[in-house]
Amino acid sequence: MDTALKTAPATTTQEIRTITGSQALCEAMIQEGVKTIFGYPGGAIMPIYDALYGYEDKLEHILVRHEQGGIHAAQGYARTSGRTGVVFATSGPGATNLVTGLADAMIDSTPLVCITGQVFAHLLGTDAFQETDVINITTPVTKWNYQITDATEIPEILAKAFYIAGSGRPGPVLIDITKNAQLQAFEYKGYKPCHHIRSYRPKPVVRKSYVEEAARLINEAERPFVIFGQGVILGGAEQEFKAFIEKAGIPAAWTILGLSALSTDHPLNVGMLGMHGNYGPNVLTNECDVLIAIGMRFDDRVTGRLDKYAKQAKVIHLDIDPAEIDKNIKATVPVWGDCKETLPMLTALVQQKAYPKWLDKFRECTKREDEAVFQGELHPTTPILSMGEVIDTLNHITDGNAIIVTDVGQHQMVACRYAKFNQSRSNVTSGGLGTMGFALPAAIGAKFGAPDREVVAVIGDGGFQMTLQELGTIMQSGVKVKIIILNNNFLGMVRQWQELFHDRRYSSVDIQSPDFVALAAAYGISGQSVSDRPLLKPALEAMINHDGSYLLEVMVGKENNVFPMVPQGCGVAEIRLK
Amino acid sequence: MKQEYTITVYTENQVGLLNRIAIMFSRRKINIESLNTSPSEVEGIHRFTIVINETEDVVRKLVRQIEKQVDVLKAYYNTNDEIIWQELALYKVPTDEIAEKVKVERLLREHGARAVVIRKDYTIFETSGHREETDKLISVLEPVGLIEFVRSARVAIIKESRGFHEKLKEFEETEPHPSTRENEYLDQGENVFVM
Ligand SMILES: Cc1ncc(C[n+]2csc(CCOP(=O)(O)OP(=O)(O)O)c2C)c(N)n1
Ligand SMILES: [Mg+2]
Repeated sequence: MDTALKTAPATTTQEIRTITGSQALCEAMIQEGVKTIFGYPGGAIMPIYDALYGYEDKLEHILVRHEQGGIHAAQGYARTSGRTGVVFATSGPGATNLVTGLADAMIDSTPLVCITGQVFAHLLGTDAFQETDVINITTPVTKWNYQITDATEIPEILAKAFYIAGSGRPGPVLIDITKNAQLQAFEYKGYKPCHHIRSYRPKPVVRKSYVEEAARLINEAERPFVIFGQGVILGGAEQEFKAFIEKAGIPAAWTILGLSALSTDHPLNVGMLGMHGNYGPNVLTNECDVLIAIGMRFDDRVTGRLDKYAKQAKVIHLDIDPAEIDKNIKATVPVWGDCKETLPMLTALVQQKAYPKWLDKFRECTKREDEAVFQGELHPTTPILSMGEVIDTLNHITDGNAIIVTDVGQHQMVACRYAKFNQSRSNVTSGGLGTMGFALPAAIGAKFGAPDREVVAVIGDGGFQMTLQELGTIMQSGVKVKIIILNNNFLGMVRQWQELFHDRRYSSVDIQSPDFVALAAAYGISGQSVSDRPLLKPALEAMINHDGSYLLEVMVGKENNVFPMVPQGCGVAEIRLK
Repeated sequence: MKQEYTITVYTENQVGLLNRIAIMFSRRKINIESLNTSPSEVEGIHRFTIVINETEDVVRKLVRQIEKQVDVLKAYYNTNDEIIWQELALYKVPTDEIAEKVKVERLLREHGARAVVIRKDYTIFETSGHREETDKLISVLEPVGLIEFVRSARVAIIKESRGFHEKLKEFEETEPHPSTRENEYLDQGENVFVM
């Protein structure tokens, strides 16, 4: 390797100097304010890692144990910090290992810039060692992607990448850089951030007339209902959102990605939407007269059967992405735009109101759900622990101040249903893709993104085994994450469906696990396993008070089910309490 | 009801964009009947013309998804009566056969065709028009030993279009043009809000 390349970082001044493509990439990272990169080296990205060696004091690189872990960590980082997550991976298998994370980030609108190494440009298309067509593999799961074969393109393309990833409806961007471009020296003219692309309009123009029509519908409503999603968080519009619902006096329910945008104990927060959401928000969706959807996309897990969804209601849809309007649910009034801008406009036009009778209906529903579900879940009478009481006990210890990162399955639904949050950007979960294995690496990234906050990962025994190699990343980086494994000895969510819809034919859901505590110990991570109620609270306290990472395994009921549930193919009002 | 729609997509000319657009159709199991790419009248702006058979609801959603792509400036969809379109066809036939059996001059006149190449062994005719028209010439030439036939993708111009210069300006302006169709309820104007 050319050692002359391993010089000090290039300066950021406008003076023209000769640097390599790899150095230009590092410069771009610094100019974009990147501090942490999650990645894994390999042949086709070695010049970039070589340059990184010279930037060690400015760019922290976290060596993960698998590129999927790297990209999920970057997602966790982006979700808690609000900044763009960055991932490096080599060509071929390194790049293909990113695909799950790209798909996850794409569907959950998470801003990422992924850099993949690629074989020399002259080898493209020759089936060279570790060559894959990364651009075409990743096209459907990226907001934008681009292959660089010439170093002079690096500053401009990187600027575009960061601009596209973070603006408008955010998403993952992948830049594939051939090895010759990484090595190539060129005259570096400095870095100019990108603020405009001719063909790209990050936000649609706000139409005042639509906002006025929306306000009019809201002012004339008798039973208005707000449903909100991650758009509120992505737009940084939590305050604007709260001001709007408080003035208009409208009850509000959240999608799983909208969770934590509004504190869970806010009097107008009526709970969770969708398949395992709360009873009231689901049933009353079909009783409201005006449905106001804010930064959410009417996912099928939220709507259930579309032809039985809110048929009686006029629908106001606020979204930054015009393609979401009318996609699943026809909007009576579309309010295009960034809700950070449109919500204050709407707030100015709506009347100060309250709907005590309408709100009472939600309370009645909560009462029914309490009797049918909450009591059994939070205060079980059996000696075996339930997932709900673990989360409930955790709430008391953290006071709703922790970031909770969940994996996918029953534990995810239970955690999202019962966790208390009083700050935004506190709930990190794989919503749209439902990626098992997400939580452990995402929790690592979440902690790097919000180092001053407590990060607790809640993971199933199945999902933990999908990415448990990232315990190595925890060990080596020293990042402090708290891990709760809710062990029901089953692929619980699939088992629940088999019980309810497949005559209890438990096909391949009986999963065996290693000794998780011993496994953690092998990585130098403290932990314990509990199964007795009196030990639960002390164990959770020990976990939170421990200075360092900690793994707590909680043995929970094997065949507990998550209720309520809107069975697939049913309308939201057909929600089952048991 | 399914019918033929012509989708016109204006893009920045980028390698890889063809795939990005094509997979939006294949992901939804929509067959592309015809696809043409060409420059537009605006420097640096490319134009895709895509023909599919679908319902308006599907086409409208699809066009919004296409327009969302970073490198796409604008996408439109039109029914056949809203556009002028042509397809070009080439026919290779044995020269001696047609010289013997066909009144070539009449054939050319009736089908708006012309001979592009005349060689001893074969002649190539060219015509353009709608599909039925180019198809008709096949049926005429088949009995005289049509050797090869090829038809191009559709190229189309939207009747109402003021050209893309204007649209581009509109796109780059801050206010959408009042005629921009965005919502089927609001576009009905007053009627919707009478409660
Ligand atoms: C990568 C991946 N594979 C398969 C699934 C399907 N799946 C959804 S939930 C689930 C079971 C999860 O089991 P576990 O992690 O133990 O959580 P539990 O439901 O028991 O809380 C499975 C297999 C998935 N979501 N992701
Ligand atoms: Mg399990």
